[in-house]
Amino acid sequence: MSSIKVKIKEKDLNTIKEICKSFDNKPGELINVLHKTQEKFGYLPAEVQEIVAKELNMSVAKVYGVVTFYSFFTMTPKGKFPISICTGTACYVRGADNVLQEFKRQLEIEVGETTDDGKFSLSCLRCVGACGLAPVVLVGDKTYGRVSPEGVKEILEEYKEI
Amino acid sequence: MNKVKLTIDDKQIEVEQGTTIYKAAKELGIEIPTLCYMNLEGLNIENKPGGCRICVVEVEGRNNLAPSCSTNVWDGMVVNTHSMRVINARRTVMEFILSDHPKDCLTCPKSGSCELQDMATKLGIREIPGQEYAEMSTYKTDFSPSIIRDLDKCIMCRRCEMMCNEFQTVGALSAFHRGFESAVGPAFEMDLEHSSCTYCGQCVAVCPTGALTEKDHTRDVINALSDPTKKVIVQTAPAVRAALGEEFGMEAGTLVTGKMVSALRRLGFDYVFDTDFAADLTIMEEGTELLDRITKYLGGDKEVKLPMLTSCCPAWVSFFEHHFPEMKDIPSTARSPQQMFGSIAKTYFADKISTKREDLIVVSIMPCLAKKYEAQRDEFKVDDNPDVDFSISTRELAHLIKEANLDLNILPDEDFDKPLGESSGAGVIFGTTGGVIEAAVRTAYELHTGKKLEKLDFEQLRGFEAIRKATVDFDGTPINIGIAHGLGNARKLLEEIKEGKSEFHAIEIMSCPGGCIGGGGQPLHHSDSSILKARSEAIYREDAGKPIRKSHENPYIIKLYEEFLGKPMSEKAHHLLHTAYFDKSKKIEMS
Repeated sequence: MSSIKVKIKEKDLNTIKEICKSFDNKPGELINVLHKTQEKFGYLPAEVQEIVAKELNMSVAKVYGVVTFYSFFTMTPKGKFPISICTGTACYVRGADNVLQEFKRQLEIEVGETTDDGKFSLSCLRCVGACGLAPVVLVGDKTYGRVSPEGVKEILEEYKEI
Repeated sequence: MNKVKLTIDDKQIEVEQGTTIYKAAKELGIEIPTLCYMNLEGLNIENKPGGCRICVVEVEGRNNLAPSCSTNVWDGMVVNTHSMRVINARRTVMEFILSDHPKDCLTCPKSGSCELQDMATKLGIREIPGQEYAEMSTYKTDFSPSIIRDLDKCIMCRRCEMMCNEFQTVGALSAFHRGFESAVGPAFEMDLEHSSCTYCGQCVAVCPTGALTEKDHTRDVINALSDPTKKVIVQTAPAVRAALGEEFGMEAGTLVTGKMVSALRRLGFDYVFDTDFAADLTIMEEGTELLDRITKYLGGDKEVKLPMLTSCCPAWVSFFEHHFPEMKDIPSTARSPQQMFGSIAKTYFADKISTKREDLIVVSIMPCLAKKYEAQRDEFKVDDNPDVDFSISTRELAHLIKEANLDLNILPDEDFDKPLGESSGAGVIFGTTGGVIEAAVRTAYELHTGKKLEKLDFEQLRGFEAIRKATVDFDGTPINIGIAHGLGNARKLLEEIKEGKSEFHAIEIMSCPGGCIGGGGQPLHHSDSSILKARSEAIYREDAGKPIRKSHENPYIIKLYEEFLGKPMSEKAHHLLHTAYFDKSKKIEMS
């Protein structure tokens, strides 16, 4: 009967420890700690949550609970070009769902997933304040307006060679 | 404390400021229905997430309905708990809860004792509008050695989460995700088996639905009983006799020892024995170990580990293996009574009836779910054959009895079989918090001082207080004793030991509220702590009525040592009755 082992690189371990320490290792600072940690690593894999739980002296179940409750936190690494489709009211009524379906079909991934080559990931968000351009799609920091399902291929082409 | 006056359903009441509407109503005898709220009075166990919204009431002057479990009263408040608006809202809330709940009540293990089912009946729900829009969750069922989790049936009352985190401080469970997908479970939705779960079963004890139930072993027992090539023997834990009657409509605290024995005999067990016998045996081993450690300590031995912690409770054993592995040499090495019984049954007794180990099936009836896990631990197997084959809970035994068309109410009282059915009163009180240490004191005192104890009842060790401390005078040597029930309380005593601040020589720990009588395998208490108290009183009643009340005076224990074991802590006793503990904590490793 052996104990459970969590494997992590020493450098990463120290990074997480420093982040926790910068919030005085307070359990009440969990959300802030997770924000900072996701900023560093791009996502919050299980090992990272284990370390955060240990450093803040709380159960890893609780940490996981918070990570899965807030849609901002993710346990899968985002793609090199994260694609976000606005499904806010205006975009939705102007056909955002069809655009989303087309991205899913072309990339062969679901919302919250990343393509095997790590290039694209897909997520939905609610209103970017550009309703006049509905439906809106973001790729990284770049905004695309009045996107139609037919335009999806063209957008993806832009990033194929990068 | 300031008092406030209010009116609930046209009745006036004065309560302390800070009281909730729910509690004030209860004082008036008005039970406001609820699914998430839970309060075990006197045990400091309360769950009030204000989440289910079933307990809403109308408060004059307030626009929206108020959740009564989490709204405090104010002076002059006027509350209506059953206006048409309240009744309609309650029904709507219930319909929402039921919309994504599986509809397999007929085959659900909780059927008949399900609070959700009862609520649907109470509110007269006949249809569930809108259920076609609900997303049924599709979590896979988690089959651990003790507990089964069917998350599709979780209604997010979060009682289990409160028990696991606040009362037990185990931290295996937490709510995750949101909306239809939300449920409660271990991190990363892993199985309980891979979490820090101790299988204490307190999550099961408070779950209002079929989301958390015990792993049912009744089929295994029936199969064993039907096999003509097997001898099947049974042992019954002390707490079972003080609670089984509840499943047959008897008042809480009714002792059914004799009726339980006769039911087991009618079910076809070849021998009906008592775990209390093994509890006496535990006292012989654990008491001797304690005296040995104390004598060495008083003799100036600095290596000796004190305080000694009891080791009867398998959830407690798992708890320190997971959370305090650095202290694993502090608890007594004595096995639990269940395992001592199994070990003696498959050696000493098997020999007596000329039966081979593999042809002898040992079944245990336990108030506990962790016992199921304990029975299958590798240390308690010989050539892959477990010392205890199947451990079933008090609830499962009730099912077996009902299935066999027996009515416990009208069965005659019968006696346990000999030799493993004879026990002292000390063995009986193992079933309640403080009992193990009281039993140990009765024997250790007489063995240490060579004098006869005049008074056997140690009132200072009894009660339901979370942590109790007492000093017992061993004829000039003061022995400091600590008692904790609930793992959160145990944790406090462990932290003291870790910091070197502990004053105790011996500490008794039981995981469940009130000890084994409040175990995860007992008839459901439905948040009524008076039931636990009644069971505890019944245990002490049984003890008081026993002709022999000290473990070392049990004639069959004396005989067992004469014929087989030699003396306590002998090599044979070590081999058969003691065990070792393992580090199961999580380790961070560099890659």
